[in-house]
Amino acid sequence: MNWVAWKMLNGDTVKYLATVFGVAFGVLLIAQQCSIFVGIIGRTANPIADVREPDIWVMDPYLQNSDEIKPLTDGDVYRIRGLTGVDWAVRMYKGLARAKVESGMFRQVILLGIDDHTLIGAPDRIIMGDLADLRQPDAVMVDAAGYNALWPGEPFKLGRELEMNDRRAKIVGICNTSAPFQTFPVMFARYSQAIGFTAKERNQLSFIVASPEPGYTSQEVCNIIKKETEFEALTYRQFFWLNIGYYLEHTGIPVNFGITIALGFIVGTAIAGQTFYLFTLENLKQFGALKAMGVTNMRLLGMVLLQAMIVGVIGYSLGMGLTALFFEVSTKMLPDLRGLHLLWEIAAGTAVVVVFIIIFASVLSVQKVLRLEPAVVFR
Amino acid sequence: MSVATAVSESAMAHTSKQVGVACHNLVKDCGTGETAVRVLHGITVDVLASELTLLVGPSGCGKTTLISIIAGLLYPTSGDVSLFGTAQSSLKGGKLVNFRARNVGFVFQQYNLLPSLTAAENASIPLLIQGMPRPKAIEEANRVLNDVGLGNKLKSKPNQLSGGQQQRVAIARALVHQPRLLVCDEPTAALDAHSGQTVMELLKRVAVQPDRSVIVVTHDSRVYSYGDRILEMADGRIVSS
Ligand SMILES: Nc1ncnc2c1ncn2[C@@H]1O[C@H](COP(=O)(O)OP(=O)(O)OP(=O)(O)O)[C@@H](O)[C@H]1O
Ligand SMILES: [Mg+2]
Repeated sequence: MNWVAWKMLNGDTVKYLATVFGVAFGVLLIAQQCSIFVGIIGRTANPIADVREPDIWVMDPYLQNSDEIKPLTDGDVYRIRGLTGVDWAVRMYKGLARAKVESGMFRQVILLGIDDHTLIGAPDRIIMGDLADLRQPDAVMVDAAGYNALWPGEPFKLGRELEMNDRRAKIVGICNTSAPFQTFPVMFARYSQAIGFTAKERNQLSFIVASPEPGYTSQEVCNIIKKETEFEALTYRQFFWLNIGYYLEHTGIPVNFGITIALGFIVGTAIAGQTFYLFTLENLKQFGALKAMGVTNMRLLGMVLLQAMIVGVIGYSLGMGLTALFFEVSTKMLPDLRGLHLLWEIAAGTAVVVVFIIIFASVLSVQKVLRLEPAVVFR
Repeated sequence: MSVATAVSESAMAHTSKQVGVACHNLVKDCGTGETAVRVLHGITVDVLASELTLLVGPSGCGKTTLISIIAGLLYPTSGDVSLFGTAQSSLKGGKLVNFRARNVGFVFQQYNLLPSLTAAENASIPLLIQGMPRPKAIEEANRVLNDVGLGNKLKSKPNQLSGGQQQRVAIARALVHQPRLLVCDEPTAALDAHSGQTVMELLKRVAVQPDRSVIVVTHDSRVYSYGDRILEMADGRIVSS
């Protein structure tokens, strides 16, 4: 009888496709919007999130996100180094600077100042140039998207100059970074250099980044730092989520995406549910005949569920395929979308949603079939 | 009571034939409360095997209701039906459904074939319901389709067949599992005169068997001549048989 159910389903090509596309459309909306949402929100922690070497981040206790920073004093790094459990601790600057190029083009850039001696916090995806060149006077590295923003349409070339805070800077490397939320170019320089590229403040040390000694966990060392100093100390993970949490709480992003995702769910359920319902309704006479001929309710239920499942699996695959294709194409064509992709967690979550849609659609329609008086076949 | 007497007299006249369907005092009320109507007023009648029995009467007299009860599709309000000795009241729920699947064949006015299945696939459904493997069921269906003269249309979809041909597929489907009872509700009503004759001839020639009862509900006086026996209903009662 399962075979009959399958035949019934694809005998009505138009309805069949409409139902499949309903599911696919819902899947596409949900999976795509969830992925973009997670991607965009994840960007709020960039480019800090790229810095994986130190696992401990020390900062002002009132800091709410990595974009609004109250500096520590330069000497604080020595206090951290002196604490038990700290293997090493170095300075890190993060701030905004204005970069101007010869054409007159200027951009606000995110400037990361990394430790002069160890270069901890340096970019790890260098596509042109050598990290060691960052030790040259006035040297900076820029991310590829930033290079294109400053010199649109021009091929990558090292040695180009630009000006920040009336000081000359020279490009010695081009790298990839995870796209930051603000879409600004990202520049790397040595700490001592970086603080010269921005307006002078009395204190400029944004973060102290550190690593635990063997035998200590990052969390233990964070606790020691918090106990021994007035600073906040967070592990990489905690700092990452602090940023995300801030933007989730203080922007309309979650509401906005939430609405689209809910729409995807509703539209998907409505289209799939309704077409599937109509499909069953139109086949009611056939189901009635089968019922008269001695097909039990359990069997009919199985048939309707099977039909729904087939529609669900095909619709889901199609929708996921379209979502993957969307990211594949769009992230190649639009540099600002780089790094956005379909997460397996979202694919799995969407599958659960599809199961819900399918159950909803079949329960809605199967009612009619189960309540059907077999005698209606004679009417 | 005169009806019952008439029936048993008529039954006695055919003592050589087995009683296929025995209805005993069937009452059917439809609707509830104020709107309840009595559709069948205590019908007692025997339908013999190896005969084609026509059930005739004006529209709304209860013909469809009666055959629905006989076929086990509707429960009577009171009274009972036996099929070849098995009282339907002794079968409940799933048992009745299985009993129906094995012992009853249906032909509907509107054919009710599945549009996406071929003639042979449609005709094989009752066997599939009983769990027969598909190739074997199709083979059986092919054989019966040959009997009804559609040996050359085995792989045609319903929309490639004329109304008369579709009804012949429906007859093949109704007979493929060798049921003890065949019920047909107005099988010729949607057909032109010629196709209607063909269908009736087929029922007479192929469907009627020594151990099978065939009941055909009809409005169509042109086909009365095919009946071995005619039961006439009016107002929820059998008025002549
Ligand atoms: N579910 C129901 N509820 C209320 N009344 C019903 C119901 N089913 C049938 N009836 C009534 O029972 C009567 C008999 O109906 P039935 O369909 O058996 O007649 P019929 O002889 O088959 O008529 P036709 O020749 O038009 O098919 C009709 O008056 C009909 O309105
Ligand atoms: Mg009727």
